[in-house]
Amino acid sequence: MVYEELKAIVGEEYVSKEPEELHIYSSDPGTMPATEPDYVVMPKTTEEVQKIVVVANKHKIPIVPMGGALALSGLVRPLKGGIVMDMKRMDSILEVNEKARYAVIEAGVTEGMLKAYLERNYPNLRLSTPDAPPIATVTANALIHGSGRLSQMYGFHSEMVTGMEVVLPTGEICRVGSCSISPYWFSRSPLPDLAGLFIGWFGRTGIVTKLGIKLFPKHRYRDVMIFVTENPSYVSDVIWRVAHTEMAEDITVWAQPRPEWAEGFQHTTIYITADSEEELKFKERIIRNALRDYIKQKEGGFLYLTPGMKATFLQEPMSQLVRFADVRKGGGFEYVGAILPVDLFDKAYRKGLEIVEKLGVDWAFSVRIIGRSHCMMFAYAYPFNRADDEDVEKARKALHETNLAVLEMGGIPWKAEEPAQQLILERMDEGAKILMKRVMDLLDPHGIMNPGNWEVK
Amino acid sequence: MNLKFDPDRCFSCDSYACLTKCQYLNYDFESAREERIKIAKGEYSKVLEECKTCYSCEEYCPYDNHPFYRIVELQEEYGINLAPKPIAKQLLKMYAPREKDIASITGVGEKALSLCLFPDLKDNVRSKLFEGLPVIMGRQVFCNLVYLHFANMSVIKERAQQTIENVRKYGVEELVCFHDECYGFFNSYAKAYGLEVPFKTVHLYEYLYNWLKEHEDSIRKLNVKVAYQRNCSNRLSPETDRVLDDIFELIGVERVEREYDRENGICCGAVFKMWGEDEFADEIQKKNVDDMAKSGARFAVFNCPMCYVALAERSAKAGLMPILVSDLCRLAVGEMPRLPGRG
Amino acid sequence: MEKINYAEIVHRCFRCGYCKFSSDYSAINCPSYAVYRFETYFSGGRMWLIRAWMNEELEWSEHFGEIMYSCSTCRNCVEHCVFKFNEQLVDVFISARSDMVEKGLVPKKVGEFFNNLAKFGNPWGYSGKRLEWVEKEYEGNEFLLHAGCVAAYDERGKVALKALVELLDAAGVDYGVFSDERCEGNEAMVMGEFGLFEHLMEENKRKFEERRVKRVLTPDPHSFNAFKNYYGVDVKHHTQLLWELVKNGELKLGRVEGKVTYHDPCFLGRWNGVYEEPRKILSRIASLYEMPRNRKNSFCCGGGSGNFYTDYLGGKESPARVRVREAGEVADILVTSCPACLMMFDNAVRDEGVELEVRDISEVMLEAMKS
Repeated sequence: MVYEELKAIVGEEYVSKEPEELHIYSSDPGTMPATEPDYVVMPKTTEEVQKIVVVANKHKIPIVPMGGALALSGLVRPLKGGIVMDMKRMDSILEVNEKARYAVIEAGVTEGMLKAYLERNYPNLRLSTPDAPPIATVTANALIHGSGRLSQMYGFHSEMVTGMEVVLPTGEICRVGSCSISPYWFSRSPLPDLAGLFIGWFGRTGIVTKLGIKLFPKHRYRDVMIFVTENPSYVSDVIWRVAHTEMAEDITVWAQPRPEWAEGFQHTTIYITADSEEELKFKERIIRNALRDYIKQKEGGFLYLTPGMKATFLQEPMSQLVRFADVRKGGGFEYVGAILPVDLFDKAYRKGLEIVEKLGVDWAFSVRIIGRSHCMMFAYAYPFNRADDEDVEKARKALHETNLAVLEMGGIPWKAEEPAQQLILERMDEGAKILMKRVMDLLDPHGIMNPGNWEVK
Repeated sequence: MNLKFDPDRCFSCDSYACLTKCQYLNYDFESAREERIKIAKGEYSKVLEECKTCYSCEEYCPYDNHPFYRIVELQEEYGINLAPKPIAKQLLKMYAPREKDIASITGVGEKALSLCLFPDLKDNVRSKLFEGLPVIMGRQVFCNLVYLHFANMSVIKERAQQTIENVRKYGVEELVCFHDECYGFFNSYAKAYGLEVPFKTVHLYEYLYNWLKEHEDSIRKLNVKVAYQRNCSNRLSPETDRVLDDIFELIGVERVEREYDRENGICCGAVFKMWGEDEFADEIQKKNVDDMAKSGARFAVFNCPMCYVALAERSAKAGLMPILVSDLCRLAVGEMPRLPGRG
Repeated sequence: MEKINYAEIVHRCFRCGYCKFSSDYSAINCPSYAVYRFETYFSGGRMWLIRAWMNEELEWSEHFGEIMYSCSTCRNCVEHCVFKFNEQLVDVFISARSDMVEKGLVPKKVGEFFNNLAKFGNPWGYSGKRLEWVEKEYEGNEFLLHAGCVAAYDERGKVALKALVELLDAAGVDYGVFSDERCEGNEAMVMGEFGLFEHLMEENKRKFEERRVKRVLTPDPHSFNAFKNYYGVDVKHHTQLLWELVKNGELKLGRVEGKVTYHDPCFLGRWNGVYEEPRKILSRIASLYEMPRNRKNSFCCGGGSGNFYTDYLGGKESPARVRVREAGEVADILVTSCPACLMMFDNAVRDEGVELEVRDISEVMLEAMKS
C-alpha cells in the first residue's frame, strides 16, 4: 500500500523496498547499530515531499530525511523503521544573489557541488564548507549546527542560514525568514525567528526543502601557518591571541599519535586569506607578532611547511581527514564533536588522553574554533575496524565515555548519537525539555518525524 | 666519538678567519680572538648564541680545526635553544630511522645514488644522467647533519654509525651523494669524528662532470648566465665548488659574479624560519635574490633541495628561473626536467 | 585477470562518497549513481553490499545482480577514491562478479550476454563471418586489424570502421583482418566470466600463433585493453597509429568545419592512460573544445562492462544522454574513439533530438583528408 502510494508520487525508479537499499540505508559509517527502514524514497520536488509526508501521516509511519548520511552518529538511521527520504535528488541551485551574498538551494545540494558552482560562476564568492566529504549536503550540515572553514569568523553554519522552506510534519509548506514576505532571502531578521524550530532538531520538526545560506567574499590568496606547542595548557591562549588579531580566517588545532613525529604536540593551524600578497604578508606578520612571546621563550614555533605540505592543508575539503578511517584498516571512525568553551582546551585534551590510554584505542583530536574563540568544536575521533566487532565495541565505549566526560566538563556533544541525546536530556533544564516536547507534539501530532531522536521522556 | 679539535691551533691562530670572515657576525681580529679562545677552552661565548649555523667557518679555518662543529658541541653543552623547543624536538622525531626503514634495506649492487630524504626528486633523477644507478633514500640513509642548525650534535653522533652501517648494508661500494650534506657527512664529518666509511663516496658534481665529459657529444651548450646559490653544506667540501665551474663550462653556462656566491655565499633562510626568525629570514632572502636578479642571470641555480624550496618562488618572482644543478645539466642534454615535487 | 581477495578490502570502504564525483566535485561522475541515485549504486554501496553478501546478511537477488552489473567499470572511483586501496576498487567488483558467476548467480541479461558470447563469439548471437566485407584477409601483414564486436556488428560502428580502413589504405598501412574474427573477451573478463575470457583468449592466441600475427591494431579500447594487459601482445589503438601517421606526414589532412569536442573512452583513458594522441590529431584538423569533464574526469558513456548490451544504465537520464547534452554545450561535433561510445552516443543523440554530430575520430580524419 505505502509502496504503491510512494511509487505514484516519485515514480517507480525512485522508491525501493528491496533488501539491498534497506540494508544500505540502515546505517551510516559510524558505530551505531543498523536499523532498517521499510522504504527508501527520493523526491525531486517540494510537492513530492509534501505528498510523501501526507502518506506517512495517513499510515502513521516514520519519515527520516537524509542528506549525505555522514554525521557518523547514526542520525539518519530510522530508529523506528518507516521511510528514509534521501534528499539528494533535490539538487538545484536556485539562486545566487551576488551582491547580497547568499544562495538559495534545494536541500539535496551537496557541499562539493555548490563549491564547484561558485568557483565556476561566482569566483568572488565562497561558502563555509565543513571538513566532511563533498557529498555532505549544505542543508543537513547547517541544520545539525555544522561548522567549517569560515566558522571562526561567522559562527556555526546554522548561523549562516538566511531562510528556509519547510514541509511541516502535517504536510503544510511554509517559509521562514525574509523569504516569507519578500522575494529576497537575505536574512532571518527582523521577524520572529522561526528557523530555530527546525535547526538542531534532527528532522523531528519538519523537512527543510530549500535553504538560504550566506556566502562570503573569496580572496585571491590563501595561506596556512601551523604553530606547534608541546604543552596543551598554552593552546587556549594561543587561540585567544590569534583570534584577537582578527587576521585569521580559520583556526583549527590537531593532535594525534601518528605519524610518530606528531605525537605529544599540539598543532594550531591558522588559515589566512587576502587579496594581495602584501595583505597576506601583513596578516602573517600580525599573527606572528601575536605569538611572539611563545617564540621568544622557545615554547612554540611555526612548522616549516614545504609547498607539498601546504597543498595538503589548503585542500577543501581535506581528503586526508577521511583517510583516518583506514588507520585500523577497517573503514571506520566516529567522533564526539564536543562544543566547549575554548578555555577548557587543556582540560578537554587531558581528559581525552586519559580516556584513550584507559581504553587503549587509536585516536586523533581535531578542534575547530567557532567565532572569535566564542567556543570550539573539539572532535575526539576514534577509528575502528568495521570487520572486528570487538574493535567497534571499543570505539563505541570510548565515544560513550567521551560523551560523559564532555557533559561533565560543561560541554555539549554535537550531533549526538541517540544514547548521547538521552545523556544530554538527563542534564537539561526541565523547562527547556518541556518546551522541546511541546514543540514536537504540536508540530508533529502523529510523531512521524525521525522518532527516537530527542525523545523527551 | 670525539671531535678532532686541537685548541692549541686556535690559541696560536694568526687570522681567526672563523669569525673575522663570518657572513653574519662582525668581529675584528681582537674580539674574534677573545671569543675564539673561549670557544677553544670550552667556555661560554656569546658567539654560541649569535651563530647563524651557516657552516662557513668550516671552510674558512686554515687549519681544518672544525670551528663550526666545535661551536655546535658547545651550543649543546650550554643548553642553547636556537629554535623553539617543540620545533626542534619534532624535527628530531621526524627523521629518526624506524625499524621498518632499516628493514627495507636490500642489496642494490655496487653503485647507488642517495636521494637522502627527498622523495619529491625521484622524477628529477629519472634521466639518462643517472641511468643504471639505483636510488636509495629514506631515514635510514639520512645523515642527520640538519641538526647542526639545532644545537644538537649528540643526535648526529648517536645516529652516525648506524647511517654508515645502513648504507653498507645496501652492498654499495660507491655511493653518489645527491645532496652536499650527504657527501659532507661521509667525508668532513666522518673524518672529524674518526668514523670509518667502508665505501667510496662521490659528490654529485663529480659524478655529473664525469658523465658529461663522457657524453660531451650529446651536450648542447646552453649559453646562459646563471646565479648560483651555494648552500651551507657545500662548505664541508669546498673543493667541489671548483668542479661545478667545470660542469658549467661543459654545458655552456656562465656563473655570474655576484656578491653572495663562493666564499661569500649566504643562507637560503629556511633555517631561520624554523627558528621563528622570519624577519631575518626575509631580509637575507631578499638580499640574496636581489643580488641574483641584479647580476643579469636567467637561472637561479640550486643544488640543495631545501634552498630550492626556500628560494624558488622568490627568485621566480624576481624574474629568474629556479632550477637544480642536475636539471640544468639535463637541459643541456636535451631533456626537459619537471619542477621538483610537481610529479 | 587474477581474482583478488576482496574480503580483505570491502570492509575498509568508509562510504565517504569521494568516488561519486569528478575532481572538482562539480558533477556526479559515477555513471550508475548518476542514473539511479540510490546509495546502493555507487562504489561505496557496492563495497558494503558485497560485504553483506559475503557475510550472508543479504542473499543474492536479481536486483543485487543488477546493482553489481550496472557498474560500467569506468574507473572513475579508482581515480577519485582517497584511500590506499583505490587501485583495487574495480578489481573488487570484477572479482565479486566472478564469484557470483561461479555460483551461477547472474542477472538475466548478463546470462544472455555470456551465452551468446560463448556460442557465437559475440554478445548478440549473430552467426557467420563478421569481417568478410573488409576484403583484406590477414596474410602475415604488419598489423592484424581487430575490429572488436561492436565495430564488427553495430551499423554505426561499421561506418566508422570503414573510415578507418580507408585511412589505413590511404597511408599505405599494411594490415589484414580475420574475416572470422571472434571476440577477444574484454567484457567477459570485466563481467567476471573468467572461464569464458580465458577460453576466448586461448582460442585467439592460438589463431594469432598459427597465422603468425605480430602486431594488432584495433579501434576498440576494450579490445585494446585485453590485448595490452592480458594477452600481452603488441597492440596499438587506432588513435595511436593514426597520430604517428599524421606526425610523420604519411597522412596529409586538411581541416574540418565546426567546433569539435572529444570524449575519452574509459578503456582508453582511465584504464590505459591514452589521452593526448586523439587530442593532438583533432587540434591539427579542427577547433577542439573541451567538455568540463575530460581526461581523468571523463564521464563514461554508460556502455562499458556489457552495459551497451544489458542496458542497466538506460533511460532518460542515461549517462550517454547526459553526455551528449554536455557535448552540445561546447561543440557541434562529438568525437570519440570507441565503437561502444559511438553507438551509445549515436542512440542518445537520436533520443535527445539534439543537433550534434557523433563521430569516430577516423571519420573526422577522413573528412579532413578529403577536404
